[in-house]
Amino acid sequence: MNENLFASFITPTMMGLPIVILIIALPAMLYPSPNRLVDNRLISIQQWLVQLILKQMLLIHNVKGRTWSLMLISLILFIGSTNLLGLIPYSFTPTTQLSMNLGMAIPLWAGTVITGFRYKTKSSLAHFLPQGTPTLLIPMLVVIETISLFIQPMALAVRLTANITAGHLLMRLIGGATLALTAISPATASITFIVLLLLTILEFAVALIQAYVFTLLVSLYLHDNT
Amino acid sequence: MASVVPLKEKKLMDVKIGELPSWILMRDFTPGGIFGAFRRGYDRYYNKYVNVKKGSIAGISMVLAAYVVFNYCRSYKELKHERLRKYH
Repeated sequence: MNENLFASFITPTMMGLPIVILIIALPAMLYPSPNRLVDNRLISIQQWLVQLILKQMLLIHNVKGRTWSLMLISLILFIGSTNLLGLIPYSFTPTTQLSMNLGMAIPLWAGTVITGFRYKTKSSLAHFLPQGTPTLLIPMLVVIETISLFIQPMALAVRLTANITAGHLLMRLIGGATLALTAISPATASITFIVLLLLTILEFAVALIQAYVFTLLVSLYLHDNT
Repeated sequence: MASVVPLKEKKLMDVKIGELPSWILMRDFTPGGIFGAFRRGYDRYYNKYVNVKKGSIAGISMVLAAYVVFNYCRSYKELKHERLRKYH
């Protein structure tokens, strides 16, 4: 039981070849690119979705922030589709690996901070000291604000990893419990089955919400810094 | 119309069984050729099931079903131990 529980989180390699690269590249292959003015249904749905997300997400940014629009839309589509594909039975979810989420979070956060320092140096440095603090508290508050700034990428990565991993693990545990209970007492098994159904619905929501949250926070950091 | 079509240009269904090994060896196994083969396969599937006027959910669900089977084969070694047996 112990070894089986975490077996689905091992990076897949087949005879030494990292197939995980194929699995990470799969969501990109599911989005065909538009060729005509009016395309087939799949592309039309995809275009409508992208328009919806774009309008919602880029309302708060000025011209400078909107240069990031391609990055943000790609981010939310990638994380959303990767999480949703991870709900398919037997599949591997790349976003459960902390290494990948750190690889996404740190460059994006660093990009927003460096943009802020380059173009609005005084204003970016001023973020370290909220308005109206008593003079005596200033050194301590600067330290606290610096720490909270540097924890942003870690929080982004760990939040995504922990949410998706915890959801998958819970589903595995409750599914195993339901299976074991059917032999002992079918009534309790049906209760656990209902819990499993609710959890699956939650997981679908979480998959999308996590993508949204990640992208929203990156866009917020961007807004502070442009 | 030529009475004998050269072996290289024949499609698979027109090749006789005796000619099969030499036909296979004549295929293009360069990286560009292999990529071209995947591209042709993708285009064939896409134009048959997705790029149609009234595409249904079957187009993408066949892809997801193939993904399930692929992952099952990939993790069969660990899944072998999860069968419902009295003695493992």
